Amino acid sequence: MSESLLAIDGVSRHFGGVTALSDVSFSVEAGEVHALIGPNGAGKTTLIHQISGAQRPDAGRIVFAGEDVTALPMHTRVQRGMARSWQITNVFNRLTLLDNVVLAVKGRQRDWGSGFRFWKPVDDEQALIDEARGWLTEVGLAGRERALAGSLAHGEQRQLEVVLALATKPKLLLLDEPMAGTGPEESERMVVLIEKLARHVTILLVEHDMDAVFRLADRISVLVGGRLVCTGTPEEVRVHPEVRRAYLGEDA
Amino acid sequence: MAGAIYRQSTRRRLLAAGAFALLALLPPVLQALGQEFYISFAARVLIFALAATSLNFIVGFGGMVAFGHAAFFGAGAYTVAVLMESGIASAFVAWPAAVAMAALLAFGIGFVSLRTRGVYFIMITLAFAQMFYYLAISMKNWGGDDGLSLAARSAFGPLDLKHDPTFYWVALASLGLCLYLLDRITHARFGRVLQAIRENESRMEGLGYPVLGYKLLCFVIGAAMAGLAGALIANHGQLASPNLLQWTQSGTLLVMVIVGGVGALYGGAVGAVVLLLVEEVLAHYTTHWHAALGLILLLVVFRAPKGIAAWAHGLFSRGEKHE
Amino acid sequence: MLFLLAAGLTLVFGIMDMINLAHGSLYMVGAYLAAAAAAASGSFVIGVLAAIAGTMAVGALLELAVLRRLYTRDHLSQVLATFALILIANEAVRAIWGDQPVMLNAPEALAGPVEIAGFSYPAFRLLIIAVGVLVALALYVAVAKTRVGMWVRAGASNREMTEALGINVKRLFTLVFAVGAGLCALAGAMLGPLLAVQVGMGESILILAFVVIVIGGIGSIRGALVGSLLVGVVDTLGRALLPWLLRSFLPGEVAAQLGPALAAILIYVLMAAILFWKPAGLFPARG
Repeated sequence: MSESLLAIDGVSRHFGGVTALSDVSFSVEAGEVHALIGPNGAGKTTLIHQISGAQRPDAGRIVFAGEDVTALPMHTRVQRGMARSWQITNVFNRLTLLDNVVLAVKGRQRDWGSGFRFWKPVDDEQALIDEARGWLTEVGLAGRERALAGSLAHGEQRQLEVVLALATKPKLLLLDEPMAGTGPEESERMVVLIEKLARHVTILLVEHDMDAVFRLADRISVLVGGRLVCTGTPEEVRVHPEVRRAYLGEDA
Repeated sequence: MAGAIYRQSTRRRLLAAGAFALLALLPPVLQALGQEFYISFAARVLIFALAATSLNFIVGFGGMVAFGHAAFFGAGAYTVAVLMESGIASAFVAWPAAVAMAALLAFGIGFVSLRTRGVYFIMITLAFAQMFYYLAISMKNWGGDDGLSLAARSAFGPLDLKHDPTFYWVALASLGLCLYLLDRITHARFGRVLQAIRENESRMEGLGYPVLGYKLLCFVIGAAMAGLAGALIANHGQLASPNLLQWTQSGTLLVMVIVGGVGALYGGAVGAVVLLLVEEVLAHYTTHWHAALGLILLLVVFRAPKGIAAWAHGLFSRGEKHE
Repeated sequence: MLFLLAAGLTLVFGIMDMINLAHGSLYMVGAYLAAAAAAASGSFVIGVLAAIAGTMAVGALLELAVLRRLYTRDHLSQVLATFALILIANEAVRAIWGDQPVMLNAPEALAGPVEIAGFSYPAFRLLIIAVGVLVALALYVAVAKTRVGMWVRAGASNREMTEALGINVKRLFTLVFAVGAGLCALAGAMLGPLLAVQVGMGESILILAFVVIVIGGIGSIRGALVGSLLVGVVDTLGRALLPWLLRSFLPGEVAAQLGPALAAILIYVLMAAILFWKPAGLFPARG
């Protein structure tokens, strides 16, 4: 059996007296779009925090590309090929779009020497700028590069959110509710974008928009009250009794 | 954007160079006016300007409000004093040692403290500085309560530091060197990354930047420069005093930074100059000069909220475009 | 007694999100007022009461005149402004009462020791402990059981929401500050007989108060209580046991030097350790 790209193994997390995640285990295969769904407060974002390294689990392991990354800080995981987007837009509001993406591209340079260069003033960036422009075009923000990130419309900000993660050229993209707060047109654009991205990047997608989820996902994991209730294909999940109960009430 | 005042245009660099040239002329001017005593005072101002500038790099540019800078200032002083006790009087050995000691200390303190933020970071840096203060006053070998005095000023090759104007010029050169270094650093990639980290730390982490490493390095650089200032102050008074390590010293340096302008390259220097000059002037008029100083500080807080450098910057750059 | 200062400080910091370095100065003012009133009236109790009333008035005035404008400012500005207040306060006190420490005597009745369970303990110190416990209880009742207390707790955990709910936040703040000032005064008056009443007495205790509230968690009175108990215990035990411990495996001279240093450092080590394990303190009021 081929190794999964990402394996979550027995992950638990508590906050004070509250159990946010309880013994969650599932895996994400390379090349797939894997959706993570569940009612509000089920622990989805908390799980993303554990996977990305923003938080450490109280128990369990995160294994990425065969390596146990549970103890690694976030930036190291990013260097290994795992990138995330945030549920609440988390960009550099006071920088232009171009500058935002250039930062992301620069972060990829694995030699510490580049960022720790003290002497030369910043001016040898043409290659970076060109690449950044490429990314903006890829997500459809081409003409807006001079706009300040904070001045964008909400949908455009969500797109920026995704492209920043994308520009790190990850193997695994963790998208935390990319369509949060977007209207139908913007959501459609985001779905199309994700479909495009799915062709060369593995995606773990947290979303509430069920239409999008069933359109995009190869497999789905369902989280309810911090527990993993089931993992499977969309068809399997659709008919799973516990899932139906969680979403549709007792006698579904 | 915060830190914009760090942006140096050619015009401002020329202005700064001019100011330095003028400052270099101060000793002969004072001598001509028969006010030679003030050369020593001026040197002291320069040393504190350096210390405050180094703190401003950490606080203003790095965005880390640290309340333990006195530890590095004092460490530099004590290193020079202890070395001199042991017979090593050469500035070329002792001063780099002071810088290295401060840097080492900062690496240790920063490594532990930078995992916290906000007021907790303030408190933990304060705590570490206090630890060294108590250590210093307890160790009789280091002079205990009275501090460790230096038999003489450091041997600086052909230059005789005992000669006040020479010492002043060495202090001026040190300040100039460090400001130049900071100018280069803040305009290089390292500076850009630090600014971005100040803007949005979690995102930078999420883009693969080793944020802790960058902040630590900024912290260490600031501390190293404070170590140099410490070496200078030990020479100035020929004493490494535990007062240098007190939390009130950290507070004073922070006040200088805030008054001068957090995040302005010359903010620390401006703040030190203003504070020390005001102290000196006020002290001549009344024994209650502390109160007057307090009132002036209140004025700064309410009328020049971003510090004097920013206020002056606003005055002088009407029409000058900056980011 | 540290608890009294810490409680006021943590409330001000927790609710108004303001770093108030001048808190120590209020403590000093309280001690001086107590000394003056006690000397004038001949009664310690009157001295304490006068101190509390006077300092609360000073505190309220300060809040209305200066501090109110600082709530919206960043912490650094608050540091600068309250630092300036310390300078002014110290000078004002020095101008009125001079440089020399002022006498504040414990009441005659409590000057001697008291027998408890076979131990002889100074009566006045017992009073201090009793007062501390009483105030802790009173604060607990006030904060946990009254409506005003509820507003205070709400303000500590989420200021904007509390404002949005229509609570007159401005008056609440003034009240909280005045109460904090009163607590400072009580502490100053009670500790006056034990420590010297002099200019600058506020600064040394201020830093300890900050350590306490950081350990206990900002905004939490329970944290302030636990914190001050912890700090007190560690300090006392440290001073008593450390030199002895060190002597058992270090040469005498080194132990004699390191002992007191380590004892003083111990509190800071405690704080660093707690922050490492619980970065927001033991009982943070804000989640």
